[in-house]
Amino acid sequence: MEILKVRDAADVEQVVRAAVANEQPLEIVGHGSKRQVGLPMATNAVLDLSALNAVTAYEPDELIVTVGAGAPLADVLSMIDAKNQHFAFEPMNPAGLLGAGHDAGTVGGMLATGLAGPRRIKDGGARDHLLGAHAVSGFGDSFKTGGRVVKNVTGYDLCKLLAGSWGTLAVMTEVTLKVMPRPECQRTLVLRGLDDVTAGRAMTAALGSPYDVSGAAHLPLSALRTPDGALADLGAAQTAVTLLRLEGITVSATQRATSLAKALATFGSAEVLTDDMSAAVWQSIRDVTPLAATTALGAWPVWRIVCPPASGGAFGQQLAHDTGGEVIYDWGGGLIWAALPPAADAHAALLRQRAGAIGGHATLIRGSEAVRQSIDVFHPQSSGVAALSRRVKHSFDPKNILNRGRMVREATT
Amino acid sequence: MTILMPAADEAVLQRRESIVSALRQIVPGEGVISSAAEMLPYESDGFTAYRQPPMVVVLPETTEQVSQVLRYCHDNGIKVVPRGSGTSLSGGSMPLADAVLLGLGKFKRIREIDFDNRVVVTEPGVTNLAISQAVAHAGFYYAPDPSSQIACSIGGNIAENSGGVHCLKYGMTTNNVLGCEIVLINGEILRIGGKAPECAGYDLMGIITGSEGLLGVVTEVTVRILQKPETARALMIGFAEVEQAGECVARVISAGIIPGGMEMMDKPAIHAAEAFVHAGYPLDVEALLIVELDGPSVEVDDLIKRVETIAQGCGSTTCQISTSEQERVLFWAGRKAAFPAVGRISPDYLCMDGTIPRGKLPLVLTRMQEMSVKYGLRCANVFHAGDGNLHPLILYDANQPGEMERAEAFGADILRLCVEVGGVLTGEHGVGIEKRDLMPEMFSEIDLAQQQRLKCAFDTQGLLNPGKVFPTLHRCAELGRVHVHGGKLAFPELPRF
Ligand SMILES: Cc1cc2nc3c(=O)[nH]c(=O)nc-3n(C[C@H](O)[C@H](O)[C@H](O)COP(=O)(O)OP(=O)(O)OC[C@H]3O[C@@H](n4cnc5c(N)ncnc54)[C@H](O)[C@@H]3O)c2cc1C
Repeated sequence: MEILKVRDAADVEQVVRAAVANEQPLEIVGHGSKRQVGLPMATNAVLDLSALNAVTAYEPDELIVTVGAGAPLADVLSMIDAKNQHFAFEPMNPAGLLGAGHDAGTVGGMLATGLAGPRRIKDGGARDHLLGAHAVSGFGDSFKTGGRVVKNVTGYDLCKLLAGSWGTLAVMTEVTLKVMPRPECQRTLVLRGLDDVTAGRAMTAALGSPYDVSGAAHLPLSALRTPDGALADLGAAQTAVTLLRLEGITVSATQRATSLAKALATFGSAEVLTDDMSAAVWQSIRDVTPLAATTALGAWPVWRIVCPPASGGAFGQQLAHDTGGEVIYDWGGGLIWAALPPAADAHAALLRQRAGAIGGHATLIRGSEAVRQSIDVFHPQSSGVAALSRRVKHSFDPKNILNRGRMVREATT
Repeated sequence: MTILMPAADEAVLQRRESIVSALRQIVPGEGVISSAAEMLPYESDGFTAYRQPPMVVVLPETTEQVSQVLRYCHDNGIKVVPRGSGTSLSGGSMPLADAVLLGLGKFKRIREIDFDNRVVVTEPGVTNLAISQAVAHAGFYYAPDPSSQIACSIGGNIAENSGGVHCLKYGMTTNNVLGCEIVLINGEILRIGGKAPECAGYDLMGIITGSEGLLGVVTEVTVRILQKPETARALMIGFAEVEQAGECVARVISAGIIPGGMEMMDKPAIHAAEAFVHAGYPLDVEALLIVELDGPSVEVDDLIKRVETIAQGCGSTTCQISTSEQERVLFWAGRKAAFPAVGRISPDYLCMDGTIPRGKLPLVLTRMQEMSVKYGLRCANVFHAGDGNLHPLILYDANQPGEMERAEAFGADILRLCVEVGGVLTGEHGVGIEKRDLMPEMFSEIDLAQQQRLKCAFDTQGLLNPGKVFPTLHRCAELGRVHVHGGKLAFPELPRF
């Protein structure tokens, strides 16, 4: 294995050009913290971006930060935290779920994988916060897209494509992200003992209310069996919990919590978690700790299912029932994390058929190499969309140099 | 008239009659318009300085018809210009002499309102406002609110990634759209995304949004709807100096307050608006800020006080706070009517749309003042201050020889200035034809080549809306060529492990 540790964008251009000339596919990594996600790639050359870690500019008043794609996410988060700002899409830290290094992960990796946290329902995902990027395409050319201002429609919005493309379109070298003021206060309502379908209805009611809910999650009792930290306290009462978060200035968040509790009275009386406890609970949900690699479910494959939120409860409940798996719900039911008992295809066929039927899709986030060898890790698309996606890939990387085969299996010739 | 469109293809024009009759086979009855008189309303869009009658107008009613029209055009090498309501301010839907103008005006139905998933599924010809109206009874609305919302279509909003005064807090179109049905130029019908919060695979919805009608024709859209905030109140704050107003905007944001809207007007804009709508704007100030806070009333009341204190700290000379819905609407009335208000004081105006980093506002306003003197043309400014999006309105008289060219040169200088200070050419109106030739100010050949390659992934022959967005047209084959530099190349000398 050859690891090429680039120092700047010019290095990246050179490496890609050489790779094109030699028809040598490249694996693109930051810290490699999500390397085990995706189809296993057949390559022995790694382009390592971790040295592109400079903070080019942080302008709190302009609500932007520009960093090298290899900048450690944890460092950038603490830097903006010191100014009371954050990434509103609440990027998850998948280390616990994947059983990988603790605080690893780069900003580029976070964007390329686009794994947004609970606040996505209110403030959008990684794609909504990437304002501009410099990247090297599979032509070996450095290009820029977007800019350093929030409002910009100049040319195609290639940032949207780069976010969530798992490094298959271009190698981001420098990125500009939007930052937002961190809410002054948070409150979380806890409803207890609801089954998944009823919890789904409670979350739907909350999200359809004017109280500006910024997190809506449900943990069935079984998911609280081996919890750690914040969730352990919640699970002590031996009931399923449904959680609804309200954030903002203190007077507002507290008043909305009261109003929402009243509006949801038919679902039971709500407890209220205040700031630190609330934050800790949402961090666990964001990082999916009930399904962490260190739990009893650690060996089970984990799926990330995204579906129309109101369908989530019934879908997840049935899935857990039929497979004997464990599910937790975020995004008001629009995101289901499912750990399913081991099976040759990790239940891919069943999941894809059912998720597809309700307008959803499923991605395998944790799975053994053998499983990932044999199934589609990313949800298969309709033939027209798949063909268009191939043409899009081709338009950035015609020789298929960048993360070849990570999202879509290579046709065997 | 400094913007040139690609020369019309004579061979296509020769075939006009057979093209018209082929289209009539697909879209029967009044759906095909070919007489010069009836095509007149389609000659231009909101960028009225430029006009061009289309070859023929077709108004299909179903996705299947759109697909057949596009396939026919594709197979016969005929260009197509999609059009929604024709309010584009950048010439995005301006016809071409040798192109079919494909209007989506008959796609007027909202297909589904799904309150549980908080989405509306609609045809593209439905107006922006009609979506909000259709869900208002349940307390919902569609957040992006371009000033043209009574007229502009949601399909046009997707194509332009339109914004409005509430974008600062609620995002642009792209942040509020979940899926679409799109017909590619070869007639292929695709579904992208849907009611799920994210789409699978590449974010194709993200690239279709803001693609200015160059990638495909959108025939259905799924948008997110939100609950209306409980209350909204506005402050109207006057400043003796523009710099103070700019400072106030910066301080509000750095205090962690994201208002629902934060708009600025300069003196000429204030005077024009006041003369038009009598909103009670102070006439002796250099800059007026309208700041709207929305949310629960306890929050709004609290934030109003905070903003008022910040404004005083920046030296505000007047500050009015709305005490009723009626008053809030009145504060906005002048701002919302700013374009027509300026239209009353000048025979013609050009509306620019650059975005700059907020902190550069005073500098940019001073420089624009100098340009105004240099070009001998007046300029009024309205400004989405919260997100740095400028709308300088350049006043001119097209009947005075040379004035339009001067106005265009003035506008181009403003946009160059926006880029120079770290901003961009367009914040919400799109590139269209208006800013097409300025694209190289912001993007290199390589940047543009990558964008055009993406276009090739959707439209290899370049038949959809050609002459828009890109200053130079390249053939896809030429763009797709990979240059292998000098045969086998070694990896560079780098630290290895
Ligand atoms: C008075 C006034 C105020 C305005 N205020 C604002 C504002 O506040 N914010 C803002 O962002 N804009 C504003 N605009 C600009 C304009 O209204 C928007 O760009 C709007 O989205 C255009 O919508 P439309 O339906 O009129 O599109 P059109 O002008 O018909 O078309 C615009 C572009 O979209 C393409 N297109 C249209 N429909 C489709 C479709 N179904 N599929 C594919 N492509 C399509 C066209 O080819 C063209 O490139 C304003 C315009 C006016 C006249």
